[in-house]
Amino acid sequence: MRSLLAVLTVVAAIVVLWYAACAPMNIKGVLTELERGGAQVVPEGAPARRDMSAFGLVAGNSFAIPATWAQERPRLPAPHQVVTELWNTTVMKKITSKRSLVYHGWVTLSATLLGFAIGTGLGILLAVGIVHSRVMDMSVMPWAIVSQTIPIIALAPMIIVVLYSVGVQGILPKAIISAYLSFFPVVVGMVKGLRSPDAMQLDLLKTYNANTNQGFWKLRLPASMPYLFASLKIGIAASLVGAIVGELPTGAVAGLGARLLAGSYYGQTVQIWSALFGAAILAGLLVGLLGLIERATLKRMGMS
Amino acid sequence: MNNETMNQTAAARDAAQPVVEARGLDLTFQTNDGPVQALKDVNLTIDKGDFVSFIGPSGCGKTTFLRVMAALEQPTGGTITVNGMTPDEARRNRAYGYVFQAAGLYPWRTIAKNIRLPLEIMGYSRARQEERVKDVLQLVDLEGFGEKYPWQLSGGMQQRASIARALAFDADILLMDEPFGALDEIVRDHLNEQLLQLWARTNKTIGFVTHSIPEAVYLSTRIVVMSPRPGRITDVIESPLPKERPLEIRDTPEFIEIAHRVREGLRAGHSYDD
Repeated sequence: MRSLLAVLTVVAAIVVLWYAACAPMNIKGVLTELERGGAQVVPEGAPARRDMSAFGLVAGNSFAIPATWAQERPRLPAPHQVVTELWNTTVMKKITSKRSLVYHGWVTLSATLLGFAIGTGLGILLAVGIVHSRVMDMSVMPWAIVSQTIPIIALAPMIIVVLYSVGVQGILPKAIISAYLSFFPVVVGMVKGLRSPDAMQLDLLKTYNANTNQGFWKLRLPASMPYLFASLKIGIAASLVGAIVGELPTGAVAGLGARLLAGSYYGQTVQIWSALFGAAILAGLLVGLLGLIERATLKRMGMS
Repeated sequence: MNNETMNQTAAARDAAQPVVEARGLDLTFQTNDGPVQALKDVNLTIDKGDFVSFIGPSGCGKTTFLRVMAALEQPTGGTITVNGMTPDEARRNRAYGYVFQAAGLYPWRTIAKNIRLPLEIMGYSRARQEERVKDVLQLVDLEGFGEKYPWQLSGGMQQRASIARALAFDADILLMDEPFGALDEIVRDHLNEQLLQLWARTNKTIGFVTHSIPEAVYLSTRIVVMSPRPGRITDVIESPLPKERPLEIRDTPEFIEIAHRVREGLRAGHSYDD
């Protein structure tokens, strides 16, 4: 109950701050519109207002504040505008419509999930190799780290161009970009997890004359489960980012990334923000779902 | 002890077959601070059915010697045989069960499944596994706890489960490295009593590392006193105590005398001077 209160307080503070920020952000546009409509604003004339501070304008025209929350193309849309847009493009639209955020969300989600599956599989395989082979530890790990220092926004177009030239297109290039981002936390987490059994645990298996295979399935893999889930949660969020980034350079017509891009082309800030929130909500749902699976799995294993 | 009884025990030992035989055993660890002589010229014979305790201050090589027997460390000199084989052959033949200082049970396995672990690895049939788990749970007095997870058990019970795990595949030798070191004295007394009963019932050969003098004297047929820098054996004491040992035996003059000799042996090793 107390924690609920704390959460609500933080949310309320963010919302208040957001509304407060809308006023100075949008005031100049609002005053121009009002003046055109015949209203009395201080000072008169857009050129006179150009170099004035936004806060000064808000102070001198406090009657205009409500209007800063109701513009059609605001610089910063107010929370209720974003929520309305989200509601209109999800619940109120048929999901087959090209303007439905659910439709766009699904396009991105499918690439995210495919990329996540590829990234997780690759990450686990690499981690198993790294833990069991010194050569792989020394040769693969540095590359895995280097791979993450390249900005994905720079690499994504090249991945798409290269794959297109060999005839791969559709969902796969996006999925590969998203796998590129998600394999890394899985590698790092699983290497740590597979190495988490201490020397005593390994000695114990040695006294049973257990082979490497048995050591992996009976000790290393189960011991790594808590690490795996921590990595998966980071990985799936990274996957989503990857899928969205993968939509940007292709001029994709569908997907959350396409929505962002289209919104910025046409100055539809409300659409951009609702796509952003759509992506954030999707990421939250995915991480939450993984959390549920984690709890069920660890409970079944008797580890929680 | 008079000469006659000493001759008798010596004769009895000749008749028994040696389970462990170490001759001139050396082990030097290479560390960043230079070589450390963990074992120097260790000679020891352990006979079948013996309960041998290794006692000494930390750094005396008692754990190292146990690990050499288990082929978890490689000696750098001398010879050692376990069941007439090299320790590594003995390990591959699953000649011994090893109990570590920490119970080290897998938290994701129930007690029964923890005990089943070595049996799964050694390829026992499902039916044999069930049978062995049931037997050893009874042996360590943990019937009815098979389906519990380790965190649901007390420290003493966890350690008993880990002993059961070491007994599961019925190796003739049981090597125990300060198994009760982390437990309080009341629990420890209780477990010592149970361990003696278990030893009497199973007739295993036990190597037992401890740094408690009463524990060593109470449990052992022979006490190996060791001292550090370099790790070596300073005294081997044959216990005249009967095999049947109630806890009260610790108040008898014989017990106190052996304990005194152990203490003297430890002091003679100059282990507390530096």
